Amino acid sequence: MMVHEKIAKDAFKPDRESHIKIDHNICKEKCKIKYCLFVCPGHLYSFNEELNEICVEFAGCLECGTCKIACIEGAIDWSYPRGEYGVQYRYG
Amino acid sequence: MEKIDAVIVGGGLSGLACAYKLAEAGMQVIVLERGDFSGSKNVTGGRIYLGPIMSIVGDMFKDAPFERRISRERWTLMGDDNSISIDFTGDRYKKTNNSYTVLRATFDRWLADRLIEKGVFVIPKYRVDDLLWDGNQVVGVKAGDEDIFANVVIAADGVLSFMAEKAGLKARMKPKNYALGIKEIIELSEEKINDRFNVDINEGCAHLFIGEVTKGMFGGGFLYTNKKSVSLGIVVGIGALMEMTPTIEVHTLMNAFKGRYEIERLIYGGELVEYSAHIIPETGYRNISKLFGNGIIVTGDAAGFALNMGVTVRGMEFAIASGIFAAETVISAKTANDFSEKTLSLYENKLKDSFVLKDLSTFRKLPDFLENRALFTLYPKLLPDILEKIMFIGESPKEKIGKQLWAEVKASGILSMKTLKDIISIKDI
Ligand SMILES: Cc1cc2nc3c(=O)[nH]c(=O)nc-3n(C[C@H](O)[C@H](O)[C@H](O)COP(=O)(O)OP(=O)(O)OC[C@H]3O[C@@H](n4cnc5c(N)ncnc54)[C@H](O)[C@@H]3O)c2cc1C
Repeated sequence: MMVHEKIAKDAFKPDRESHIKIDHNICKEKCKIKYCLFVCPGHLYSFNEELNEICVEFAGCLECGTCKIACIEGAIDWSYPRGEYGVQYRYG
Repeated sequence: MEKIDAVIVGGGLSGLACAYKLAEAGMQVIVLERGDFSGSKNVTGGRIYLGPIMSIVGDMFKDAPFERRISRERWTLMGDDNSISIDFTGDRYKKTNNSYTVLRATFDRWLADRLIEKGVFVIPKYRVDDLLWDGNQVVGVKAGDEDIFANVVIAADGVLSFMAEKAGLKARMKPKNYALGIKEIIELSEEKINDRFNVDINEGCAHLFIGEVTKGMFGGGFLYTNKKSVSLGIVVGIGALMEMTPTIEVHTLMNAFKGRYEIERLIYGGELVEYSAHIIPETGYRNISKLFGNGIIVTGDAAGFALNMGVTVRGMEFAIASGIFAAETVISAKTANDFSEKTLSLYENKLKDSFVLKDLSTFRKLPDFLENRALFTLYPKLLPDILEKIMFIGESPKEKIGKQLWAEVKASGILSMKTLKDIISIKDI
């Protein structure tokens, strides 16, 4: 089963605005390894060739915070989604 | 607005346990939880130890919705394509109510509902955004447009604790101090679980895996049986994951684990119903935040109270105990009518006198020991490999068991100064 199919099993209340903001200048100028592309358990980060920048599908965020910790250059500005938004675990 | 006795940020186990004790003492308390309900943002592996907290919880968990009482422990050393397991059970496990599996969306929600029945305000769907200050004293919290003033703020907001960070009590989070846990809930019938895990009705199994599961990175796998589902997951050090070459997309570890024969046989026919992820504090004693400040106390995961003992993970009972000690501290501070750092330092004394800081201190060298990669590569592979050579009867004539064992041990590279050092270092953990 693909990871996006697994995420589709979860209950989400997506907010309009992303709770994850990326400073693309830092990505471009400082970050070599792009940890976000492989540490996210939801595999939500990708490199968009057209835009030439990192993108994140915030609506499927599991709210673990791994990307915030792994982004040692500080390009990822991560907060919890506003109250009642985001993932709602039914088992936990 | 009038000041209440305490405002608790986070309606997880730590915050709820704190509120429970405060309410019992007749204190005015509000719990703010960002999720739809308590438990909706919380992830755990699965097993709560009641033993250490039995004497302090009172009737908090009377009739609690536990999943199964653990009566069987299993550990598996995973080689590349083989494994060895230990299966342990004992009468003591059947006679005492020592540990249970739980699902947090059920468990935390139940505790919150009990509090609400007692007249405590547990308010969901509220994310606390900031602390309110009067000089160098924390005097409340800001949630959206709302300002809530309180004598003490309890930061029970989990491992990422933005509150402890805002209060200047917590250092920047470093990858090597945290592990990522990924978990799947797989539904299976009650009967199948009883049969496959060889347990009675309402009894359960806790099963940990080490070795190939994490491709040699710090961490392991876990499987806990619930009533009608199993909690299956992996834990991997974030630092180790970032250093891995070639890089591994972490979500692929989960499928590889599930695809193993050892796991596949246990879960076949089951249905995946939830996929979750959460961080665990990993470096124990050394990475604990400052525990209190003027008008603020930090509890549970927010303070870094979790202990990976290699053979089991503990966090929930620390979260509950620290919540209770925070409540007791607030009650004393109210009597003294002083909410400064000086009075709140009582909290740390209580933790030091209890299993919370005692156990964390006892195991303080464990994280160093667990940094040793051989524990996740060489050693878990070696035993299954040797056993396979001895047990497999093929075409060619067998060697003497002792001779073969010796040859295998020699070839494995385990007879080294390094191994000797590893063995000697065991006495420190
Ligand atoms: C994969 C995994 C396996 C584990 N296995 C075990 C195990 O088997 N046994 C064990 O004992 N421990 C285990 N642990 C550890 C255990 O789950 C934690 O130690 C425990 O959940 C900590 O409880 P807590 O109440 O401190 O934090 P949490 O349960 O994280 O609760 C914090 C709460 O605060 C809320 N919150 C956060 N910020 C805000 C805000 N700004 N405003 C409002 N609300 C907010 C959150 O929504 C959340 O409900 C495991 C952890 C993981 C991730």
